[in-house]
Amino acid sequence: MLQDRYSLAFRLYPYERSSDQDSATPVRHPVVIMGGGPIGVATALDLGLQGIPVVVLDDHEGIGMGSRAICFAKRTLEIADRYGCGQPMLDKGVVWNLGKVFHDDRKIFEFNLLPEEGHKYPAFINLQQPYFEKFIVDRVREAQAAGAPIELRGKNRVDAVQVHDDHVTLEITTPEGPYTLEADWLIGADGAASPLRGMMGLNFEGRVFKDSFLIADIRMLNTQFPTERWFWFEPHFKSGASTLLHKQPDDTWRIDFQIGWDVDRKEELKEENIRRRLDAMLGPDVEYEMVWSSIYTFQCKRMDQFRHGRVIFAGDAAHQVSPFGARGANSGLQDVDNLGWKLGMVIKGQAPDRLLDSYHEERAYGADENILNSTRATDFITPKTAISHVFRNAVLDLAERHAFARPLVNSGRLSVPCTYDGLSLNSEDALTGGPARTRPGSPCPDAPVADSYLLSQLGGDFIVLTFDADAPDTLTEDGITARRLGLSALDDATGVLAERYLGQATSAVYLIRPDQHVAGRWDRYDESAIRAALRKACAKE
Amino acid sequence: MADLITRPNIPDPDRFYADLIKAYEALDEDAISSFSARLILLLTNHIGDPDVISQAVEEAARTHLVEE
Repeated sequence: MLQDRYSLAFRLYPYERSSDQDSATPVRHPVVIMGGGPIGVATALDLGLQGIPVVVLDDHEGIGMGSRAICFAKRTLEIADRYGCGQPMLDKGVVWNLGKVFHDDRKIFEFNLLPEEGHKYPAFINLQQPYFEKFIVDRVREAQAAGAPIELRGKNRVDAVQVHDDHVTLEITTPEGPYTLEADWLIGADGAASPLRGMMGLNFEGRVFKDSFLIADIRMLNTQFPTERWFWFEPHFKSGASTLLHKQPDDTWRIDFQIGWDVDRKEELKEENIRRRLDAMLGPDVEYEMVWSSIYTFQCKRMDQFRHGRVIFAGDAAHQVSPFGARGANSGLQDVDNLGWKLGMVIKGQAPDRLLDSYHEERAYGADENILNSTRATDFITPKTAISHVFRNAVLDLAERHAFARPLVNSGRLSVPCTYDGLSLNSEDALTGGPARTRPGSPCPDAPVADSYLLSQLGGDFIVLTFDADAPDTLTEDGITARRLGLSALDDATGVLAERYLGQATSAVYLIRPDQHVAGRWDRYDESAIRAALRKACAKE
Repeated sequence: MADLITRPNIPDPDRFYADLIKAYEALDEDAISSFSARLILLLTNHIGDPDVISQAVEEAARTHLVEE
């Protein structure tokens, strides 16, 4: 009845009978989340830490095997840090800066990411997805012990939903039979194939790419490669039309072979066939063991609307991108970051329901940006036409000798969070000479502050951030309190804070949202402007 | 916005033209494509100005349509 579709790396939420299953009438919960992957569990953590009761339903009992998402970007780690689980990810993850690009049998160039100084977290880490998920679940367990009202229910498969104006009814199958639940709000975090999307008959439009990639996670036994990213276009060893080699924790390496569209999946996944590709690439002397393998194909798609009344979609369920540039799980975490405070305020009656429409507005904008970037990378890596292939190889040829062609080489652009330029929660930019990177709509860049970091001090509330400007300690507008964080040149030994937040200005006041995006900025504390901005950021205007 | 130069700008047109054709002479079909692509990329980077480049792309496409 409940069959596992994949094997587990960690069995973290085994089935347990809930008293809801013995209730004569369906129990109503404020929030139910479909999907116990990283997006579903992180959403539960965000809401649970706000004291909002939340139930996560998953048809498995834990986290699936395989490196999968592998690259976790700075913004994701910063969001995890706000939830209290960024540090273990950083401690476990692999940080790399050097990349090498090969074409056929030649190294055409190498690059160093030269990370910008003054951030708590690196540009990104390589980490097997199961660890990423486990650190979030570990944090949920810790939060539960401290009283956070979060429930993770394994082997609870949602088979049907009825969506009403003010709630959703869910029919659930468990190993001990079916039961019914009700939810004021339902979050669809049930992945790219989203059964919920299907149950609701919602469309998912976009572009399918006719190629497949074979992934192998291998553990090296008698050798090590450097901690670098190696990417081959049309490699001489012929194991794929492109090949990517990445280091992961636990002496494990991730290799992605582009193997074409018309492949016999079962045949390709036989160990001897995977080893044939690996041996051609690594040479005869390298000994390794297979940890995990899979074949993936991908699409660039998104839903027309992420919000359907009381049902809200997040992560791969709402949008799917190609893996180049690591914009899948990373953009999903930004969905969580965006949705958490908005849903929290609406449930607590602090903001109108329409605040949730801005979730779609902002995150669909982000999804479009991610789809654009990952489509461009995909078109470079897997050219779709003969002339596209000619230009791609011309770029690679020129890149070997000419620096100008190297920025054209696109094997995936680093995932960065988007700036919500011109969207409806933003107020004016009234900071003359302020840096472009902190304009309204931007995610706050981190900076060293005294012996800590700025983002660690922002937390998850509205903040009035002042630089060399007076302001009261708190400001309350229609039930929402913004806390002041007052900083001065004395907190800014490195000058990085001034560079990122003052620019040419001598003082500044920022209104910062709970998801650490800038709502508005001014050159001084203008109470009526900030009150108006706070209302606007909560969709009250 | 800079304008694409469409008035005569090549000092010795006959020599330029002869050199261009000569550069292609020994090439087979595949090599012709790669050579053209490399040439376009080199010249485009030299120009750099996105306005000029998009005017050139537009103009090249328009001429092509007229010929059809």
